[in-house]
Amino acid sequence: MPWMSPLARIRDALAGQRARDKDLRNLVSNLPYEGLDKWKQPNRHFRNNGIKTTKYSVLFFIPMNLFEQFHRLANLYFVGLAILNFVPVVQAFEPEVALIPICVILALTAIKDAWEDFRRYKSDKKLNRLPCFVYSSKEKCFVEKRWKDVRVGDFVKVESNDIVPADLLLLYTSDPNGVCHIETANLDGETNLKQRRAVPGVCITVSNTDILLIIHAVIRTGCLGFSHPDLVLKQHLGCTVRNTGYAVGFVVYAGHETKAMLNNNGPRYKRSRLERRLNIDVIFCILLLFTMCIIGSLGHVPLYLVPQTDGHLDTPSLSSFYKFFSMIILLQVLIPISLYVSIELVKIGQIYFITNDLDLYDEETDATIQCKALNITEDLGQIQYIFSDKTGTLTENKMVFRRCSIMGREYPHKENGMFLCGPKRALKMYIYKIKILMFTKSLPPNQQETEVILDQKLLRQIRGTEKIDAYQDFFLALAICNTVVVSMATAKRLRVSTAEFQQTNQSNPLDTLSSLVRRAGSWTRLRAPITSETSANDLTTQGQSVNQTGGQTCSLHVPPQGTAPAVPAGKLCYEAESPDEAALVHTAKAYGFVLMSRTPDSVTVQLPSGAQLRFEVLDTLSFDSNRKRMSVLVRHPISKQCILYTKGADYAIMELLETPYGEKQQKAIASDTQQHLDCYAKEGLRTLCIAKKVLCDGEYESWAVQRQHALAAMDNREQLIMDSAVQIETNLCLLGATGVEDRLQDSVPDTVMTLREAGIQVWVLTGDKPETAVNIGYACRLLEQDDLLYLDHFLLLSQVTCTSILDCGLEEVRRYSEDPRNVDTTPDISLVIDGRTLTMLMSPDLRDRFVDLARHCRSVLCCRVTPLQKSEVVKLIREKLKVMTLAVGDGANDVNMIQAADIGVGISGQEGMQAVMASDFAISRFKHLKKLLLVHGHWCYSRLANMIIYFFYKNAANVNLLFWYQFFCGFTANAMIDHWLMIFFNLLFTSVPPIMFGIMDKDVSAEMLLGLPELYRTGQGKGEYSFFTFWISMLDAFYQSLVAFFIPYFTYRGSDIDIYAFGTPLNTISLFTILLHLSIEIKAWTIVHVFIILGSVTLYFIVTLAYGVRYLNYSGYWTLQAQMVDPMFYLVCLISTVIALLPRYLFHVLKNSITCSPIVEARHLDTLEPSTRDQWIKEWRSFRGRVQDKTSDVSVPPSPSLESLDDDSIMDDEFALNVITANHHKKANS
Amino acid sequence: MQKKENQEVENRPDNTAFTQQRLPAWQPILSAGIVIPLFVLVGLAFIGIGVALFVTSRNLHVLEMDYTGVEKTSPCFSCSDPIKQKNCKCSLSFELDKLFEGPVFFYYGLTNYFQNQRAYGVSKDYNQLSGDLDYFTFFFSIVPDSTCKPYRYDVNNKPIVPCGSLANSMFNDTFNLYQMKNGVKEEVPLDGKGISWWTDYNIKYRNPSVNPLRNAFNGTVKPLYWSKPAYELDPTDTANNGFINQDFLVWMRRSALPNFRKLYRRITDGLPAGNYSLEISYNYPVIAFDGKKKVAFSNVSWMGGKNEFLGIAYLVIGSLCLVMSVVMLIIYHWRNSSPDAN
Repeated sequence: MPWMSPLARIRDALAGQRARDKDLRNLVSNLPYEGLDKWKQPNRHFRNNGIKTTKYSVLFFIPMNLFEQFHRLANLYFVGLAILNFVPVVQAFEPEVALIPICVILALTAIKDAWEDFRRYKSDKKLNRLPCFVYSSKEKCFVEKRWKDVRVGDFVKVESNDIVPADLLLLYTSDPNGVCHIETANLDGETNLKQRRAVPGVCITVSNTDILLIIHAVIRTGCLGFSHPDLVLKQHLGCTVRNTGYAVGFVVYAGHETKAMLNNNGPRYKRSRLERRLNIDVIFCILLLFTMCIIGSLGHVPLYLVPQTDGHLDTPSLSSFYKFFSMIILLQVLIPISLYVSIELVKIGQIYFITNDLDLYDEETDATIQCKALNITEDLGQIQYIFSDKTGTLTENKMVFRRCSIMGREYPHKENGMFLCGPKRALKMYIYKIKILMFTKSLPPNQQETEVILDQKLLRQIRGTEKIDAYQDFFLALAICNTVVVSMATAKRLRVSTAEFQQTNQSNPLDTLSSLVRRAGSWTRLRAPITSETSANDLTTQGQSVNQTGGQTCSLHVPPQGTAPAVPAGKLCYEAESPDEAALVHTAKAYGFVLMSRTPDSVTVQLPSGAQLRFEVLDTLSFDSNRKRMSVLVRHPISKQCILYTKGADYAIMELLETPYGEKQQKAIASDTQQHLDCYAKEGLRTLCIAKKVLCDGEYESWAVQRQHALAAMDNREQLIMDSAVQIETNLCLLGATGVEDRLQDSVPDTVMTLREAGIQVWVLTGDKPETAVNIGYACRLLEQDDLLYLDHFLLLSQVTCTSILDCGLEEVRRYSEDPRNVDTTPDISLVIDGRTLTMLMSPDLRDRFVDLARHCRSVLCCRVTPLQKSEVVKLIREKLKVMTLAVGDGANDVNMIQAADIGVGISGQEGMQAVMASDFAISRFKHLKKLLLVHGHWCYSRLANMIIYFFYKNAANVNLLFWYQFFCGFTANAMIDHWLMIFFNLLFTSVPPIMFGIMDKDVSAEMLLGLPELYRTGQGKGEYSFFTFWISMLDAFYQSLVAFFIPYFTYRGSDIDIYAFGTPLNTISLFTILLHLSIEIKAWTIVHVFIILGSVTLYFIVTLAYGVRYLNYSGYWTLQAQMVDPMFYLVCLISTVIALLPRYLFHVLKNSITCSPIVEARHLDTLEPSTRDQWIKEWRSFRGRVQDKTSDVSVPPSPSLESLDDDSIMDDEFALNVITANHHKKANS
Repeated sequence: MQKKENQEVENRPDNTAFTQQRLPAWQPILSAGIVIPLFVLVGLAFIGIGVALFVTSRNLHVLEMDYTGVEKTSPCFSCSDPIKQKNCKCSLSFELDKLFEGPVFFYYGLTNYFQNQRAYGVSKDYNQLSGDLDYFTFFFSIVPDSTCKPYRYDVNNKPIVPCGSLANSMFNDTFNLYQMKNGVKEEVPLDGKGISWWTDYNIKYRNPSVNPLRNAFNGTVKPLYWSKPAYELDPTDTANNGFINQDFLVWMRRSALPNFRKLYRRITDGLPAGNYSLEISYNYPVIAFDGKKKVAFSNVSWMGGKNEFLGIAYLVIGSLCLVMSVVMLIIYHWRNSSPDAN
């Protein structure tokens, strides 16, 4: 439309706004409107797909950036001062000079912002230019367009391995099942493929060529209603189509409205504790400044133009008022304007060193540490509490199948256990032998996860002819009851040849090997399944049914041709959402039950006999944390029975078992299995129960109706779906249980021990059951053998009882610490709490007591906690105890906790990237935490703390010279140093050394910090940067400035010295004092330090001399030159500097000689030879250890109740509970 | 880091001493054992310097006399109100009991005089003083520099050259020194050459290159409190006039502190012992702001004028260092013996 009234435009804009805001989106295809004016486009209200994440535009960069920067109060303050300086009556500097510092700082920040924005711009541009295919009705085919030209309402074709350009409604895929696989690795790191289905009802009939038809179908039907979660191919960047020829979708959300962009909230801003303290000190500085200015304005002698003057003079009070502002301008440096910029620079430097540390680099994943939060490095040095997830954080989260129990019989898989004892070594041998045996050259990288050593007894059971049902069911359940997606590792088809078919069986070589070693005879047995598996392809394609041994379940059914996905017998790759599932599927595969393919409707499993069964999947009741189980409802291809396979946490399954009326066998199986489960749990295995239920058709149908209702429900859908799931998961028949081991990560026990020695309380918050958690706790030395465990089991108790129990525990702890024999030791109590108890303890009445008790415990283990509870615990401790907390985790369930803690550390492990995304620091191994905290944390904190203190000192020392001078110039805000030099003093001569100090100083070497973890304690609590240290350094600054002023004053008093000749030695003394002060503070001198300090001094002289020559106008013309030929100048500078630094020097000497703080001793040790030093470290540690042992030996708390708890009884929660309550009653009675 | 990832290079950090923070470092620990020799050395050196300074300072003589004339007994009492007493002269007699070796510096001194006040200090026009004639005349309230207020224009709106409070308040007492030799006054020759800074005289301040100099000042007026215009400051030496007049230069170099001296003349041959009479033409009013006027004769050495403070300071700090080293020694021994006992 060429013209329209403004009113109409506004109306249209409002309509567009409404359309965008609506929950329900009515979209029309763009095709009929193609080529029309923009005004006639139906989807004009919606954003196009171009993204723009830049903050500024080229034209408006300067005003916008300035506007942004003036949001900072400090900047405003300094600009205000600079403007004030243009007012003649209050002027203290030449107005232009006063503008320089603020301009430099604004410019630096602007350059930094511009650079960041430019990088964003470049990446945006790259994205916007990506090609994609959009259907054009004119061309009648898909034409290539750029991403940014894609609009809502377009039809987009995405080919395999392409990135999805926008949020799409999937209409069609080349897959016959209408399924499209997508990988979201770039988005959340989950490498498993996810399935998305095309909209049902659209793509049934079309063949590959007739995409047009679908499109027309959509247009014709006009209205298709969808709710968003299921049908939209979500996620913007980094969501890639895989394993699908191509897919066609309809753009629903584009550009900034896509899910990915909406989720992208930008970096979070965290403020470190040090910075909060710093701000308080800045306020002190402001108060100080005001005091000084008030003194100045009160003492001001009005200008007296000698001799008598006829000029106009202000009244004294008015002139005093003016002088107040002049003083602020003159002394403004007291508020460290450059401090904030310097801190940012220092942190960038610190992060540079952290990310470049080789020790924090993981070879395996080729990942270094990522620092996502740039401004909390120093918080790493103050951590007091660590909250850790267990799975994937302490452990590898690489699940290895270890044991199983089927029908009450235990199959210990001893070889598997042996393998686990020395994983590395065994693996090597294994690889070696495989090489010899199989002549294969390479092994897949994820070999470790998939290998399972078969249990001979179990193998015989399966192979055996009798009692096969339950066993088969068990393995079928393992293979079926999961959400594992099968994909091909290589697209290459493999021929059946002896050399290669060994390769195809990833899981089998070792078992082949082991059985070969043990019994030559088994080789032939094993060959059978292998051969049949690899020839499975032939079987399928031929559509031939093979009938083999075994009863009804073993009879085979060949899936009908065409609908069955063609599964090449290549390398099957299982992509599971959780590693447990993968481990179980691999186990099933090892025993011959190979999961061949999975579609939403069917699961194909190959039996040991080589036959393939295609189960129709009736429903999948997916896992949720309330039910703690998942089920798959399938129809058996032969018996046509409806079978429900359920897998879940033992307690979740055991409750639901069929109550066997008099059937003793079932009961026995249940109790035996339970026994095995307990045993597994004690070994630290993750246990799962497998159960089955056969449904009659009627039962299924009635349930299915209900299920449909639940799925279709609009309100309360979640709940209804869950209810329906619960309804069918009853009267299960127990098949067996599995024990999967989650290996501890490398050097976790050592790390935990070290962290604890460093004075950090380590809490483990896990979703696992208590037994498993306790065992892992022991394994990683979180719990010690002599620990006392309170296994709180408050479930059935009233709140009053809880209170009394807590009180009682507290009493014990108090008694312990009050005991004179237990000075400096903490009671060896560890707390084990389960989720439900935790909920109770977190209630407002009990939380204080709980925190108090937990504070006295050496470690706390919370089991079966939900993600929300995790974050609540972190918040509680953080707020109640006012401590620095760190949360470390790897999975999506840790995100809450990571965000709640002061520092969130994500471990980029097996469970995707959510944790890493939310974290401040992302590491690849738990052990890296040790160096990150003990070394980098300590360094960063001590560096930054010292740097900030030094910065305050530096500015105060320099500015006070001016203040003292005011006493001698009638408080007229005059400076005895040229203004340019004053500016340069802060910008050039003394700015680099503190930054270098903040980046590179090393009080103790990394070896010592790792060797003596207790050095970390210095940073905890207040640490080096406290009220005390701040004021000490401020006092020192006052003292030093007094010396630097009054020594020259007394020297030159009464002489004919002029202002700037007097100011030159003052400035020089100030420079030397400030730099030498830093030299005293620097703990380790490297070539860089020497270079920078000497460079600063040289720069001072060069600039001052050059400046003195160049500018005639300059009031300090030729002054330094004149001074430098006068010997008195050097004598004055020498003695003033010495006197100024003497106290600090002496203080350091005395501190180092008399006190014996650990840091000082460590520094002494640091100077020794490495070998002697290691000797010393050992001695020191053993000495400390002995002391601790001694005290703990002597000081067994005099409590009968606690004494009587030995290791075995601790495990018995009932008992522990009784004792404590009894004890409490006793106390209450007395 | 980010870049590396994008390029999909291996992320392994460089293994250099710098990135791994393993640069060879010297880690001095300031402890008693190490600082003892340092303190001894510093102590001895300082005592040495202190003695040298002290002795040098002892050998210097200074004679300072107040001639403000506040007390009635003072010879200049009659002149102390220069408003009433124009061109008042008074003379000050003094006796030297020993020889002042030359060169003797002859200073005048002022107290409670804030030459270092900011507004006072900036009240000058640099361009005038560097001889730029454009700044001599009135030019739309831009010239001379506004900092010269209130000594910028006279009542007739004629520009003042040199303008500003600093120049206006130039010290204008003059002195003549006579030695009384057998009752006869014999004038002591005073050397007024080179008493200002070389750079001030030769580079910083320049007269306009107009000959004769007085033509340059056409259309301007002399500062209000000056008795003579700038081009007639020294009637005896035509080269010593205008902005490069030595006394003017000395005055324009503002003193750092409110009690100060300024060099008036040099007496190259020294002052032999005997009786002297200083004739003062008393012009400069100081009573109004409780100031004092002084004259001082001092001989100088490499360390400047007499100043005992620095020598004493060096001696004190030197001795303190020695004491400290002893204390350190004690601590050192105590430390070395005690850890074994622990």
